[in-house]
Amino acid sequence: MSNEIEAIRDPGLPAHVHRRADTDPKAAKKAERQVAILFLLSTLGTVTLIGSYFFIPQDVFIFFPVLGNTNAHQLFLGLGMAASLFFIGMGAIHWAKTLMPDEEVVIQRHEFRSPDEDREDFIATAKAGAAAAGLGRRSLIKRSLGLSLGLVGLSPLILLRDLGPLPGDELSKTSWKTGTRLVTDPGDRPIRAEDLEVGAVAQTLPEIPAGAHRALSDIGKDAVLLIRLRPEEFNLDAERLSWTHEGIIAFSKICSHMGCAVALYEQQTKHLLCPCHQSTFDVTRAAKVIFGPAARPLPQLAITVDSEGYLVAKQPFTEPVGPSFWERSS
Amino acid sequence: MKRLSRFRRHRAVAPLLLVLALFSIGTTFSVAGAATSTPITAAEKSALIDEGQRIFLKGCSSCHGLNAEGGGIAPSLIGVGAASVDFQVATGRMPMADMSQQAMRKKPIYNENQVEALAAYVASLAPGPEVPSESQLNYERDGSTAEGGELFRTNCAMCHNFAAQGGALTQGKYAPTLMGVEPRHIYEALITGPQSMPVFSDKTITPAEKLSIIKWIKAAEAEPQLGGASLGRVGPVTEGLLVWTLGLGLLVGVAVWLAMKAR
Amino acid sequence: MKARERIAGNVANYVDERTGAAKWMKKNLTKVFPDHWSFLLGEIALYSFVILLLSGTFLTFWFDPSQREVIYDGGYQPLSGLKMSAAYASTLHISFEVRGGLLMRQVHHWAALIFMAAIVVHLMRVYFTGAFRKPREFNWIIGIGLLTLGIVEGFLGYSLPDDLLSGTGIRIAEAIIQALPLVGSYLAFFAFGGAFPGEAFIPRIYTVHVLLLPGTFLALITVHLMLVWYQKHTQYPGPGRTEKNVVGYPLLPVYMAKAGGFFFIVFGVTAFLGAVASINPIWLYGPYTPGQISAGSQPDWYMGWLDGLVRMSPPLETHAFGHTISWNILIPGLIVPGILFTGMALYPFIESWITGDKREHHLLDRPRNAPNRTALGVMSLTFMLVALINGGNDIIATTFHLTINQIMWFSRIAIFVLPPIAFVITKRLCLSLQRADRDLVLHGRETGRLVMMPHGEFVEVHEPISAEKAWLLTQHEQNPPLALEQNDARGVRRPGTLKNKLRARLSRAHAVAVPKATAADLKEIEHH
Repeated sequence: MSNEIEAIRDPGLPAHVHRRADTDPKAAKKAERQVAILFLLSTLGTVTLIGSYFFIPQDVFIFFPVLGNTNAHQLFLGLGMAASLFFIGMGAIHWAKTLMPDEEVVIQRHEFRSPDEDREDFIATAKAGAAAAGLGRRSLIKRSLGLSLGLVGLSPLILLRDLGPLPGDELSKTSWKTGTRLVTDPGDRPIRAEDLEVGAVAQTLPEIPAGAHRALSDIGKDAVLLIRLRPEEFNLDAERLSWTHEGIIAFSKICSHMGCAVALYEQQTKHLLCPCHQSTFDVTRAAKVIFGPAARPLPQLAITVDSEGYLVAKQPFTEPVGPSFWERSS
Repeated sequence: MKRLSRFRRHRAVAPLLLVLALFSIGTTFSVAGAATSTPITAAEKSALIDEGQRIFLKGCSSCHGLNAEGGGIAPSLIGVGAASVDFQVATGRMPMADMSQQAMRKKPIYNENQVEALAAYVASLAPGPEVPSESQLNYERDGSTAEGGELFRTNCAMCHNFAAQGGALTQGKYAPTLMGVEPRHIYEALITGPQSMPVFSDKTITPAEKLSIIKWIKAAEAEPQLGGASLGRVGPVTEGLLVWTLGLGLLVGVAVWLAMKAR
Repeated sequence: MKARERIAGNVANYVDERTGAAKWMKKNLTKVFPDHWSFLLGEIALYSFVILLLSGTFLTFWFDPSQREVIYDGGYQPLSGLKMSAAYASTLHISFEVRGGLLMRQVHHWAALIFMAAIVVHLMRVYFTGAFRKPREFNWIIGIGLLTLGIVEGFLGYSLPDDLLSGTGIRIAEAIIQALPLVGSYLAFFAFGGAFPGEAFIPRIYTVHVLLLPGTFLALITVHLMLVWYQKHTQYPGPGRTEKNVVGYPLLPVYMAKAGGFFFIVFGVTAFLGAVASINPIWLYGPYTPGQISAGSQPDWYMGWLDGLVRMSPPLETHAFGHTISWNILIPGLIVPGILFTGMALYPFIESWITGDKREHHLLDRPRNAPNRTALGVMSLTFMLVALINGGNDIIATTFHLTINQIMWFSRIAIFVLPPIAFVITKRLCLSLQRADRDLVLHGRETGRLVMMPHGEFVEVHEPISAEKAWLLTQHEQNPPLALEQNDARGVRRPGTLKNKLRARLSRAHAVAVPKATAADLKEIEHH
């Protein structure tokens, strides 16, 4: 068993162990050379950087394993930069480790707490100053100061009012009106019912006058997904069924959860999947949520065909599209 | 003649003869093989359909029914057209190896001729989408890369990911990567809508637009790694992984070395 | 005196006559810093911040923070002729036409990811060693503030190019703002200058990203460093190290060389990543439009846990009296993170309330000697890890042939079940390690050499450990739990008894430990 038992007390700093470079001048010279080589490697890196910047054309590609066919200008510029920086660091650290003194230094901490005398002085000064200001005595000043400072703080808020318009009913409206034609996105071509086969989808937007410009803010509410099933595959009440046309059903593409585009349609299961948070909607049951965090089905757009056979909206959306908000009643 | 016989025992003779033999056999085959791409006669077509039916009965009817009418585990093939057959069988998806969530691309077990025969047979059952011809697939001439990118991002990226690397669907299904897929098969998938994939009708995405999509996919496939190793082209997940492994690993490694006492 | 020394002397004199610098220079050049690799983690974050400033400034010379629509006519063919914002087009220009542009973009983004990772590992080091205790509580709060601001700054930064992936992230952020009760739709319209996406958001976040937040960072980091400087760095326990001293190396020359050199290392490694690894290839994502989305859309890693929490949320929404509250957004997006970060920020005060310890601490704890704290830390990390993994559930599903539905259900259950299990396991592990330490002190190190005793018994020879090691294993404090009396001297119940009961319970749990070996124990063994 153990023979030498020491009482468990702090033995103090262990004895200093010298490094080779401390005692052997040859080892010190070797360390010096190593540091110098590291610094020189850095200069090599800088030369590579400068050379690459000016002399490697930007359209040359070079193959490396793992990297694949990569842009030579980019790669060597970056490697040169990396080397030029990295080896300065290695040199400095190696220099400190091998040649600079590594005797541990011990310094004492001082208590943070101020001496009592200083504390009393501070309290006396503070009290005297406060008394001089007279805030305690002069309550009229105190209260009016409070009022003025409080009000001045309101100004930045007021000045920021024009950051944006009030929402009004913007969140509840889209560009879809009765008779608006559905057109392909991209392409802006109107669609006939017979253009879609069973199992087909189409990304659509509302038709706009020729030459008009479609803002992203409009697309963000107007995007509609058109899907064709067999009419008997629907599991809808009479009203929702009347919003379809010969098996074609239209939904808002903007997810009712957080607004991503729900465009992923699984033809065999008739499910729509939103790739952001994996909310899953059942097309046969008016996009009812069957999995995931979305709490509401996708709004359905009532469609029919116009006199020329093109698919059109029968009426605007009957509820706001996109994510929920406080004023949304359902 | 005498001149040639001088070289009869030259040491280069054997390899040269070998090359000549291979060359002539090869060209004979390709010439003979090329014969099938010329339009076939009605009799040849009928023979093709019969051949297709033979293959079908042997390898497909156990799931798809003796008359391709479908059954509990496999859908009817009546009306799916030659395009569906060419897509499913030539990419090796069919015959399906295991009854898992979806058919995977794998090494096809039928050769080109057999696939053509199967396709002809299924097409003979009822009209359906046809296999696109070479001239219909000239995406270099008829497609636009930039337009194809826009179309891809609107119609395809939500399943197949922004760089066509593939993505997850529900319940273990997935949209596969489009890298290394024949243009013909991409076109056929678009018009037939295999398994979970919807159909993209020619009126909503025109044939020219389909070629643009193919052109963009091929351009993405050929695109070199512009910024370095691509990390899978799946986005921030692999980037974060690299930081926590290589990035912090290198830095902490140097930190440990920095604080170690030198010898 | 050589010319060199004379010139240096003149310069020093010039400065000192105007600033009195010699006095504080002398004091600070000899300041001592303890040397341990884990003290360099905060430095990685600091240097990454500097790299971000430098590379970011470079980028601002070419970036156009405008959502004005332009037609692309630059060199990248697959986007030729397409409509996009000026912000996106200018980022393409930086990537393909400006020499070194793509490199600096990648260096900037890799530096941001490293910055956040370094903050997290630095936070873990500070937490698990108890460095947040008095007098460093305020510095801890600043650190949590830096972490939070870092997450926001990173999000705003990668949203600037207005590409499809980051634009989707902005859409989700807008939905969170919009979901706030009462004020949501107003705040959203003010932030975006109208309906989403509008044309005002990118220019506004540009100001926040390059001016307001960097300025805040500079101020907070300065205070953070000044506090470390003034309060002196903590040190690991060991022979010769006490609560009243600092053992280490002086600023000049050792620390300057090592820390200065480490800056170049961090910059070099970041540049290396920028050279060889592609990050944020916005030309592949395409310009943002709300009608498009990519499979596998994730935020940067430091927001992945938020995404994971949102994904696993049950579909809870209340509709009442004509109004909607989206719990499925508010709980995972704001309430849970708010509770977590507030708890983190207040932890030093919570722990000192539990232990009743109001003394200064400059010696670090070995994590095993604070089992409750360590277990709590591992529990929190487990929670974050489950959330983070769920954030990538679609990529994990396709890579490992699982289903997103399986991973989602696993996460929903694991986020409640795994953290407590992790707590129990970690606490047990810490106590085991304490027991092992005690055994090592009392019985020495097992050498693996077997000796046969005269009467036939085999024993393993144990070598006594060194005095330094024995000190290290026994220097820690083991305080008894708080004794809180329920009744005062006259038997009257004290007010706040429920709070005291809780405190007593927690204090008891916190104080669970294996008693450390003492000199008396050693003497007793000696007599065996």
